[in-house]
Amino acid sequence: MKNQYLSIDFDSTNYKRRILWKIIGLVCLFLLVALSGFWIGEEQIEANMGEKHLSPSLDHPFGTDWLGRDMFFRTLLGLHLSWKVGLFAAVISTVIALTLSLLSSINKFFDSLVTMLIDLFLSIPHLVALILIAFVLGGGVKGIVIGIAFTHWPSLTRVLRAEILQIKSSEYVHISKKLGKSRMWIIRHHYLPQLAPQLFVGFILLFPHAILHESAITFLGFGLSPEQPAIGIILSEAMKYLTMGMWWLVVFPGLSLFGMVVIFDALGNNLRKLLNPN
Amino acid sequence: MTKWLGAFMLECKNIGFYYNRSNWLFRNIHLSIERGEIIGIYGKSGSGKTTLAKIMANYLSPTEGEVLVDGEKSNHSEVYPVQLIWQHPEQAINPKWKLSKIFEEAKELDQDIPSILGIKEEWLNRRAHELSGGELQRFCIARAFHPDTRYIIADEITSMFDAITQAQIWHALIRLVKERNIGVLAISHHISLLERISDRIIDFNQLKGASEKSF
Ligand SMILES: Nc1ncnc2c1ncn2[C@@H]1O[C@H](COP(=O)(O)OP(=O)(O)OP(=O)(O)O)[C@@H](O)[C@H]1O
Ligand SMILES: [Mg+2]
Repeated sequence: MKNQYLSIDFDSTNYKRRILWKIIGLVCLFLLVALSGFWIGEEQIEANMGEKHLSPSLDHPFGTDWLGRDMFFRTLLGLHLSWKVGLFAAVISTVIALTLSLLSSINKFFDSLVTMLIDLFLSIPHLVALILIAFVLGGGVKGIVIGIAFTHWPSLTRVLRAEILQIKSSEYVHISKKLGKSRMWIIRHHYLPQLAPQLFVGFILLFPHAILHESAITFLGFGLSPEQPAIGIILSEAMKYLTMGMWWLVVFPGLSLFGMVVIFDALGNNLRKLLNPN
Repeated sequence: MTKWLGAFMLECKNIGFYYNRSNWLFRNIHLSIERGEIIGIYGKSGSGKTTLAKIMANYLSPTEGEVLVDGEKSNHSEVYPVQLIWQHPEQAINPKWKLSKIFEEAKELDQDIPSILGIKEEWLNRRAHELSGGELQRFCIARAFHPDTRYIIADEITSMFDAITQAQIWHALIRLVKERNIGVLAISHHISLLERISDRIIDFNQLKGASEKSF
């Protein structure tokens, strides 16, 4: 629905209100997990040889590992790191998508250039491109963030480009041009306000991808270095101990990662419903 | 006509246009509108009136011929001196905007224009879907009266509204046009309306037909 007046209206239907509460709930849940990392110190994940290989208990809800480190805090730290990587990657991706989609609105030449770039990047599997970029940049947080950012912009760019194309052909944009308005004026007053919801939802929906891919390539050994408390590292290390029956090393961090991804996905989809009722 | 008047006209010189290469919509159209003059034009649906309006307001380039504004071809980056008012105001206003922004868009508008057009203060804080078509059209008309506007093309601008709204809008529009010495091309199916507002009426089919032999 293009002509719908889109805004978050607290007095509107029950439906909207329900979705709004869902979103608030999800955001709280997410903040609890993501921000907890800021308060977790080194001492909480220190090796403690007296408490090795403990299965889950009240003291250690996620158990401990082969060095006696508390898995609950390690998992939280891992999620915190994933969230930060996701945040940077999603910001860069969104900026790339916005820039390219605006570029494509200039003329046919730029449009086909951008479309070609989109098709090119979409034709390479994410993981392959990601591994290549991360590898070339020497791994680490920088490699991963840039890798994810540069592989995840195409689909959002495509959505934004289509949206701009539609706005661009509308009568009110033509009229603005005939009233002597500059390209920048039209971007600022016609394009950006209508792109804002898409941009925001796209940004949020980039997180789950970024987080899963970060974990995946870290797990495969191309990503974050082993000293970093990433979920991918936790999982790949834990694989060795899985055969020894220490299931909790894999199950809880894995489920937490999954939970985080689900939260973001639900958040993105609910935001989309709220901002764009149809 | 005396020679010097020629410089103050909107002129279509030998205009021809097609959307589809194999099929001319019209050819050899000659039409001129003087400053301060209101010309009414009617014609069959689908005959190309809106297309001609778009060509005259520089939304489309003619396939052949040229449009001269006061004797010269106008440049593109400035406010175009020929402003087109569209039939459907709800498509001519960004649905996300508050209507006050229309006045921001046409920024150097004369102070008295909104009141002459009967635009109410309380409409300014609303968005397009919160106003009626007739109310919206007044904003579109106001916007067309940029200080640089010298000609206005009004393409069926009141055909969606009741008789009273139609009369109010045209009354205001004629007053504004006469005060500012603006030339108007009014397109409509209502010949009775055109008879009331125009200085001169043209049958678009005749305009086309006059050149048909030369196809
Ligand atoms: N963008 C376009 N591409 C191809 N053909 C078009 C396009 N716009 C209009 N036409 C065709 O050109 C012809 C003239 O259309 P136009 O809108 O100028 O007619 P009109 O005289 O304004 O009709 P009405 O009185 O119904 O408004 C029509 O046959 C229409 O189908
Ligand atoms: Mg028409």
